[in-house]
Formats: sequence, C-alpha cells, structure tokens
Amino acid sequence: MLRVDGISVRYGRIPALRRVSLEVGEGELVTLIGANGAGKTTTLRAISGLLPLAEGSITFDGRSIANAPPRTILDLGIAHCPEGRRVFPQLSVRENLEMGAYRRRDRAGVAADMERMFQRFPRLLERLGQAAGTLSGGEQQMLAIARALMSRPRLVLFDEPSLGLAPNLVEQTFAIVSDIRREGTTVLMVEQNAYAALEMCDRAYLLEGGAVMEHGTGRAMLANDHIQRAYLGG
Amino acid sequence: MTQQLLPWLFLAFMATLPLWMTDLYVLHVLVSTGIFIIGAMSLNLLLGYTGQLSLGHIAFFGIGAYTSALLSLGFDLDLGGAEPFVVGPQPVWIAFTGGVLMAAAFGGLIGKLAFRVRGAYFVIVTISFAQVMRMVALNWVDLTEGPMALTGIPPLSVWLPGEGVIGLYDKLSNYLLVLGVAVVCYVVIRHLVDSRVGRAMVALRENEPLARSVGIDVTRYLVIATVIAAGMAGAAGGLYAHYVRIVDPDVFLFIYTVTMVIMVITGGKGTLAGPIVGGLLFGALPEVLREVARPEVQWIVYGIAMIVIVFFLPQGIVPAAGRLWERLRPRRPAPGGTALRAGKETSA
Repeated sequence: MLRVDGISVRYGRIPALRRVSLEVGEGELVTLIGANGAGKTTTLRAISGLLPLAEGSITFDGRSIANAPPRTILDLGIAHCPEGRRVFPQLSVRENLEMGAYRRRDRAGVAADMERMFQRFPRLLERLGQAAGTLSGGEQQMLAIARALMSRPRLVLFDEPSLGLAPNLVEQTFAIVSDIRREGTTVLMVEQNAYAALEMCDRAYLLEGGAVMEHGTGRAMLANDHIQRAYLGG
Repeated sequence: MTQQLLPWLFLAFMATLPLWMTDLYVLHVLVSTGIFIIGAMSLNLLLGYTGQLSLGHIAFFGIGAYTSALLSLGFDLDLGGAEPFVVGPQPVWIAFTGGVLMAAAFGGLIGKLAFRVRGAYFVIVTISFAQVMRMVALNWVDLTEGPMALTGIPPLSVWLPGEGVIGLYDKLSNYLLVLGVAVVCYVVIRHLVDSRVGRAMVALRENEPLARSVGIDVTRYLVIATVIAAGMAGAAGGLYAHYVRIVDPDVFLFIYTVTMVIMVITGGKGTLAGPIVGGLLFGALPEVLREVARPEVQWIVYGIAMIVIVFFLPQGIVPAAGRLWERLRPRRPAPGGTALRAGKETSA
C-alpha cells in the first residue's frame, strides 16, 4: 500500500533521514520505534508531505506522492495525527472535527461520520461547544484521533499517540489504535514506548540516527538482543 | 438575541447621528476616524484572523489614495519610450475602483511573500515596503509631484434623481459615504470569517502545521486574505484622497500603521467589532481631550489609556465586554453543547 524507498530529508544542511525505506501493507499496523531525534517524526512528516525530500521516492497504491502537497496526499487517503500541539486550541471541539473533514464535500457523509465519532468518543459530544484548548490532555488526544479519522483515511499516521498522557489513558489510546486497525484502516504509528508498540504491531522498524537499523515482526523485534538491551531495558 | 441586535442598533445610531449632531468639526473627526476604522478592519483580517502582523499596512492605504487621485486627475507616465503614456482624467468612481484594485494587486504580491518569510521577517518586509512606497511618492516628482503633493483632487460624487450627478463636497455626505463603505467592508469581512475560507484562516493562525496536514492550502488563503485586506485599505485610502482632496507622501508614514494596529489590538483582534470599538475610542479620545487638557497632557492620557487597556485587557475591549456580559446575564440554559452538559449533570 505505502512504499517508502530510500528517502533522505535534511533540515538545512543537517541530515535528518538517510535513505530510509519501509513498507506498509493494506490492513497492517506498523510501528516506528527509536530514541528521540532518530527521525521517526520526520519520516511521518515526509510521508504526509509536510517536509520536502532530498532524495528517494514514496508511492501510495503505486502512485508517487513524493513532494506532493499535503492536501493531495490527504485526498488520496493518508491522514496525519501529529504529536505535540494536536488541536486548534481556540476552535470548538465541533469546529476541530469539521476541520478534519475540510477537504470533503459530502455534507451528509461528514455528519454521519461525526455521529460515529461521538459514539466512539462520548466525551467529545459532551464538550462539543468548548474550545479545544480547554480540554484535558487525554481529551485533546481523543479529539486529534477523531479529527484524523474525519477525512475517512485508508492509512493513518499516528505520531506518539501516548506522549504526555496518564498511564491509564495510554492504554486506552493504544486500544483505540488497535480498534481502528481492526475496522480495516491501515496504521503507521510512531511510538517511544517500544514495548507497547512492539506488542500490538504486526511489523516494526527501528530507526537510529536517521536510518533504519532493524526491522521485522513485532515478536521478532521483541526478542532481538540489541532492541532488548537498548530499548526494552532487558 | 441582544448580541445579534447590537450591530443593528449601533448602525441605526451612527446613521441617525447627523440628525442631531450638526457640529461640522465633530463630523469631520468622525469622517477621518471612520476612514481609519475601515483601514483597521482590513488590518484585523490579517492580524486578527490569519495572525500575520503587517506593519506596512498603510502602504495599501497610500497606494489606494495615490492611484485614485492620479486617475481622477489624469497623468502622463514617461517610461523612457518615445511617447509618454498619457491617461486623461477619469470619472471619480472609476478612479476609486482603480485604487482599490491597485492596492489589492500589491496585496497579492505581499501575500505571496508572506508565505516565504514569516514572523519577524514578514514584519520587516512590510515595514520596508511602506517605506519604499513613501520614497517613491517623494521622489517620483514627475508622477506624484513629490513633496508638493497632488492637489485639486475632485470629490467623489453621486447621482440623485432630479438632481443629476453631484459632487460630495460637504461633511455630512462624506460622513454617510464613509459609513456606507464601512458597512460594506463589515459585511464582507463577516461573511468571509463565517465561511470555509475564514475557518481556514483561523486554523492557520492557531496551528499552521496542523492546518497544512488537514489539507489547507496555506499560501492560497494567505494571498486571499492579503488581497482582500489590501483592497479594503485601498478603498479607505481612496475615500481619504477624495475627502481631504490633497495627497502627499506622508500618507505612508509609519505612525498611521501604528494607529491602526492600536485600534485593532485595544478593540480586540480577531473580533468583528474590535477595530470599530478601538477605532472610535482612539479616534475620538484626542478630540474629547482637546476640550479639557493641554496638548501634552492629551498625549500622556492617550498613552496611559493604551497601556492600561493592553495591560488589563490583553485580549482587547470587545472580548472583555463579552465575558462581562456572560457573567452579568441571568442564568438560563445556554444553547448548544453547554446546555447538554448542564442537563446531564443535573439529571445524574
């Protein structure tokens, strides 16, 4: 479905990614693990068109999306759920969800999808008119996930969905990501919590210093010596 | 309900004001303040809604003023060719429209630039832009008369049944004209802000990377916003040129941009009423003070008022008034999501 082939990205003259290649098959849940600054977020941003490529190619369903504008990539069915500042703080919860469907023209479909989001995240319905910036961290994350789904993506890129959340919310967030995959949406997730990520994923890639160091199934990666020592505290 | 009524009440008040206010000096103050308020409203579209601080906003005002003045007077342009390019005097409204379009075109240019340079760099570029415009107006004497100024600019005119075309020389008709243009600008901005385009602008202000990732074409909306804002500032400039009927390079002075920024910030940036409230306050304040205080005291009070407002009401007067209104209002179930939540809590 998604094929990333030897991409490099530079911030000015500083290389952030060096010839990264990875693949995500239809229906898979793939994770990128690695330390801070390893290039995980950069990889997602390059895929969704937020960063220009210095070299390499990216194809989605066989179609090149390298250096395409973000809106084109979104239209093809890739949604990005970024880390950090995840919502539009001064817009209401409803407006945030509407922004997720900004490119869609089918009003009835958008309304139906919004209903589905309220069933999945009842908290959002309770907070509908409230400014998103006043939500708790966990609620903001739910909103960010719901907003990403509002574009009806076939592939969702999750960037550190558990970052900054309380432990019980972390578990809940991972459960939601698994649900989304079970419903047929393909997921590529960046996660610092290597153990949880490897447990839930089909396959994983380990990034170090902007390059892919290891890849394999989640189970194989969990058993990998290097990963155990460096990332799992084993 | 009251909040929807407020703009209409205000408009009715402003429209009927000349019925009892016949002091020509007061009308003059209101006309010049009104022209500045139109400029401030257009600046608010950029500063308040897209979050871009243009400190050269007066450039669009000046471009509108000069273009409209030159077109109505006629001019010849010697570009080094064999024959100078001669434009005869045009009807005032064509000249005015030309001023709006010229300002909007420059707005498009600056909007494109805003995509490349952001933040402090954009501010510097816009300041320089206004300074360059002032230098051009000062030194291109063949075209602009330089410091001698363009004089004898005809007033705008209207056609009235039975009267034919009449020039708007007096204060009263200029007052109504400025009020009319301000209403048009207000309605345009209001519709824009409530539309998809407006929401894209706000999203851009709130979180630009996220706005891009939900598929908003950032360049396009920045250009749309600057084109419209510049066109409106150009309209304000055109009104100014045909009202005072003389334009000199000092229309490009930095202090006028600052005045507009003060109006927007104190009134409340990103609110529809903000520039109007801030504009009336800071337009009228020096005049009110003139009666009771010496000039130096006036400016001190002006400065203190500004600092006090920014210090205590950082969001501006309009949002603060809105919050006060919410607090004073008798408690009734609020509409929308809040009502739903309140209902759930009481039933639980």
